[in-house]
Amino acid sequence: MANQEEITQRVAALVVDHLGVDAGEVKPEASFIDDLGADSLDIVELVMAFEEEFGVEIPDDAAEKITTVGDAVAYISEHQEG
Amino acid sequence: MRRVVVTGLGLVTPLGADVETAWKNIVAAKSGAATITRFDATDFHSNYACEVKPADHEYGFDPGKRVDHKIQRQVDPFIVYGIDAAGQAIEDAGLLDMTEEERFRAGCSIGAGIGGLPGIESESLVLAEKGPKRVSPHFVHGRLINLISGQVSIKYGLMGPNHAVVTACSTGAHSIGDAARMIAMDDADIMLAGGAEGAICPIGIAGFGQARALSTNFRDDPTRASRPWDQDRDGFVMGEGAGVVVLEEYERAKKRGAKIYAEVVGYGLSGDAYHVTAPHPEGSGAYRSMQMAMKKSGLDFGDIDYINAHGTSTPLGDELELGGVRRLFGNAIGTLSMSSTKSAIGHLLGGAGAVESIFCILAMRDQVAPPTLNLDNPSDNCAGVDLVPHQAKQRKIKAVLNNSFGFGGTNASLVMKAV
Repeated sequence: MANQEEITQRVAALVVDHLGVDAGEVKPEASFIDDLGADSLDIVELVMAFEEEFGVEIPDDAAEKITTVGDAVAYISEHQEG
Repeated sequence: MRRVVVTGLGLVTPLGADVETAWKNIVAAKSGAATITRFDATDFHSNYACEVKPADHEYGFDPGKRVDHKIQRQVDPFIVYGIDAAGQAIEDAGLLDMTEEERFRAGCSIGAGIGGLPGIESESLVLAEKGPKRVSPHFVHGRLINLISGQVSIKYGLMGPNHAVVTACSTGAHSIGDAARMIAMDDADIMLAGGAEGAICPIGIAGFGQARALSTNFRDDPTRASRPWDQDRDGFVMGEGAGVVVLEEYERAKKRGAKIYAEVVGYGLSGDAYHVTAPHPEGSGAYRSMQMAMKKSGLDFGDIDYINAHGTSTPLGDELELGGVRRLFGNAIGTLSMSSTKSAIGHLLGGAGAVESIFCILAMRDQVAPPTLNLDNPSDNCAGVDLVPHQAKQRKIKAVLNNSFGFGGTNASLVMKAV
């Protein structure tokens, strides 16, 4: 089971790869849409990538509440299976 | 009708990802063919193609130059090639800083023959293996043929006509012809027009192989495989890439002091109404397409100095096209040069007509006819026609004809002349 720091790193790597942003921009408070240039479909794709990477299921109603990098890390930390 | 001229060029090809590199290699009689590197094609009908080379190659393509990383991830290669070629063309034309009013009158007509085959193939496998919830949300708009025009219009703010031709291997020529008419008819002042393809993937090679369209006999030396009009030709070699031109209304181009490469003076279109893949046995559609383009151009047959043939290196098509030219041009065939640059870069399918139109324009600029590679033993009925074998030829070139024919029996011809 991954710890918080490791999850943060892996989430950041996915965000950099999918959104083409610099690693330095991927801070916990960064909003996918407002700060990282994502649109709604990019978020669908990112959520899919998180599901694959961490083996978690993120239902649509939960995905809608994930708006920042920190939200994603928190959700994955709580729900990953160990 | 308003006059239409070409004021910008952009190319992504297996022999270079910019206009000057690609043209230099074409004139130097280089071949872009090699064993396929994208996947292991050992067990396929053909294991060779003309791939666009990677960025670290001497004449490779760097997708990062004009296409955002995020978009590269989301779309198929043909769209990336198309965006880059369009970017080159608009930069070359000096039109990056148009006003909003000008951009209302500037549009896109960039098509493709097949569209995002590699992505359709790979996402179908995702669907089969992992289910519908793993298919990319960008799957549809990352594969659609009109998404070069869509992406380019967004990137450069072009709000005029947004169009995309899909006529198999005549797409590139139809795209330019249709766009030229939009300008002539006053629907737009500027059009980015052309075509792209990127279908070198397992299902693409398997599909064309099963259609018995591909060359298969030259595994030992793929550079010898594309050999239009040669007696040993046995099918086309798949290419990929994109060609895009900037078309502009003549008075506007003249007024702003634009570099004018050529005028589009003739456009012809026809259908064979015969067979889905085989050309009409008397080349009737090809003949009528050329005839219409020539009539529209107002030129005499003797004015045409160079023809860039469809010339795919298939057993049937090459000779039928030549027969059509011979019938239409009569004695004037003796004074022109006709070659197929598919001998060097393979068949770019939906990109072919646009890339080859650009080669026609450069042939006029530099007064040189590009060669037909591998034409060692021309077929019997090629006598009396200069097919520019092996080496480029310096000669007077003031007016050109470009032919493109496609599956479904669709034909397009363009006539351009120096201004």
